[in-house]
Amino acid sequence: MMAGMTTIVRTISRLLFPFMVLFGVCVVLHGHLTPGGGFQGGVIIAASFVMLWLAYSLEQSPIEFKLFRTEVLEAIGGLTLATVGLIGLVMGVGKFFGHVLPLGILGNLLSGGDLPLLNIGVGVEVAASIVLVFYAMLRKTGWDEK
Amino acid sequence: MRRVVPFVAVLVVGAILIFTVINYLPPFGSFPQRKLGAFENQSIGQRILENGPRETGATDVVTSVVWDYRGYDTMGECTILFTAVCGVLMLFLATRGQE
Repeated sequence: MMAGMTTIVRTISRLLFPFMVLFGVCVVLHGHLTPGGGFQGGVIIAASFVMLWLAYSLEQSPIEFKLFRTEVLEAIGGLTLATVGLIGLVMGVGKFFGHVLPLGILGNLLSGGDLPLLNIGVGVEVAASIVLVFYAMLRKTGWDEK
Repeated sequence: MRRVVPFVAVLVVGAILIFTVINYLPPFGSFPQRKLGAFENQSIGQRILENGPRETGATDVVTSVVWDYRGYDTMGECTILFTAVCGVLMLFLATRGQE
């Protein structure tokens, strides 16, 4: 029984994995400067994990997957958005999602007020969500047991 | 006959669409000006394009719309995603407690 795919696919996906995660993190962090953002970068990060699961199997995957921690990460990502919005409501200009942090210099990585925080929050949430969905479906349908 | 009727229907609908696109759509690059509230003679899209980087500090206008002008809407989107994932986990990992 050969679970997963061949050695070629496994090696390439294992070598490609860190670069894909790095690219996803880059897209998330530069969400307010370049095309992309939290949703897109989160999906890229999740796709790198799913690629490993498809190349290896769910059991032989080189990454260690903790279901509970991923669920907690997803909740933290969602809570970050609400927290930033409420901070803007309470401490800022009195608007929901009002800017609290200074806008900074246009084009810098640390600029844009609350936008990088929101992008990071939604990136974490989307990555954890997609990983969870694929994990649940792969485990339930037994893709790698054939 | 069974083949002719769908083919003719496709041709007629395609001709109507092509005729409409050629005659009634605004030319490429220009969009209809919306007169709404305080923005007389100035569309909302043009206003956001011009003022977005200065008001939100983001060079990506899409991000400034998604997270600043429409931040509330996007948070609702994330809530929908969260709820959907909760539903999927409930459906697919429902037997976890019994193992």
